[in-house]
Amino acid sequence: MQDAHRAPRDPLTDVIDELVGQPFVTPAAYEVSRAKIREFADAVGETSPICHDVDAARAAGHRDLVAPPTFAVIPAFRGLYEVMSRVGAPLHQQVHGEQGFTHHRPIVAGDELVTTATLERTRAVAGNHFLTVSAVVADASGAPVTTARSVVVVLGGAS
Amino acid sequence: MSALATPPQTYTVTRADLVRYAGASGDFNPIHYSDRIAAAMGLPGVIAHGMLTMGLAARALSTWAGGPDRVVSFTVRFTSMVVVPDDDAGVALEVSGEVAEPGEDGLVPVSVTVRCGEQVVLGRAVAHVRAA
Repeated sequence: MQDAHRAPRDPLTDVIDELVGQPFVTPAAYEVSRAKIREFADAVGETSPICHDVDAARAAGHRDLVAPPTFAVIPAFRGLYEVMSRVGAPLHQQVHGEQGFTHHRPIVAGDELVTTATLERTRAVAGNHFLTVSAVVADASGAPVTTARSVVVVLGGAS
Repeated sequence: MSALATPPQTYTVTRADLVRYAGASGDFNPIHYSDRIAAAMGLPGVIAHGMLTMGLAARALSTWAGGPDRVVSFTVRFTSMVVVPDDDAGVALEVSGEVAEPGEDGLVPVSVTVRCGEQVVLGRAVAHVRAA
């Protein structure tokens, strides 16, 4: 007779537990272009001249065009992908629960960004897995530019 | 020191904006452009990228603080979905902010709320901005 109090162990739990604490580094640097910054700024309606006009950005003390604050999602998600591809859950089972960014300096055009992502913790609630992933985005010198934190919910497949 | 003014900002999101954001961000999840796939996933319709909503909230912060380089940190929780109809009017998002006292680091905490109609679509959203 089955033990009614013990649910069968979710195979995803073992996969996820194995990944906790392991750093994953993006295989290639992401090069930030002026065109991509302008394109992203247009997509969120950011009209600040420092996102569009190099002279304005330099006059404001920046090396080149400044990326809008949530542009950091592009390099951050490249790191997140390194973790989530190992979890193996299909995209349509993943829900973005929370997102945070702390900018040590603004991302600017010309940056070559490498992301190190780590699954920090995980909890299972009612068959869904809540994964907290940190992603440290660093420049070519290795200095951190942005620290991102994402909560991804992997929806339970059963039922 | 003058308090940061945070007049509410209203932004309209249409299907064209979703396509534009998908291309700019590289997020091509089909629930953000395909009615067929959104329906198959049990969604009430095509929904906006959570990161587009966050991006628009960051645009409001940039407007209030005097530039996108003044937004030092921003954290949000995606609390409900924004359904974007396939029409020319789109859907309106209202971003409002509440300013608290600056911390010892001089950064100004701003609590941000994004509403779509009566529904709060970004919750527990807190930013720290460098005041002008």
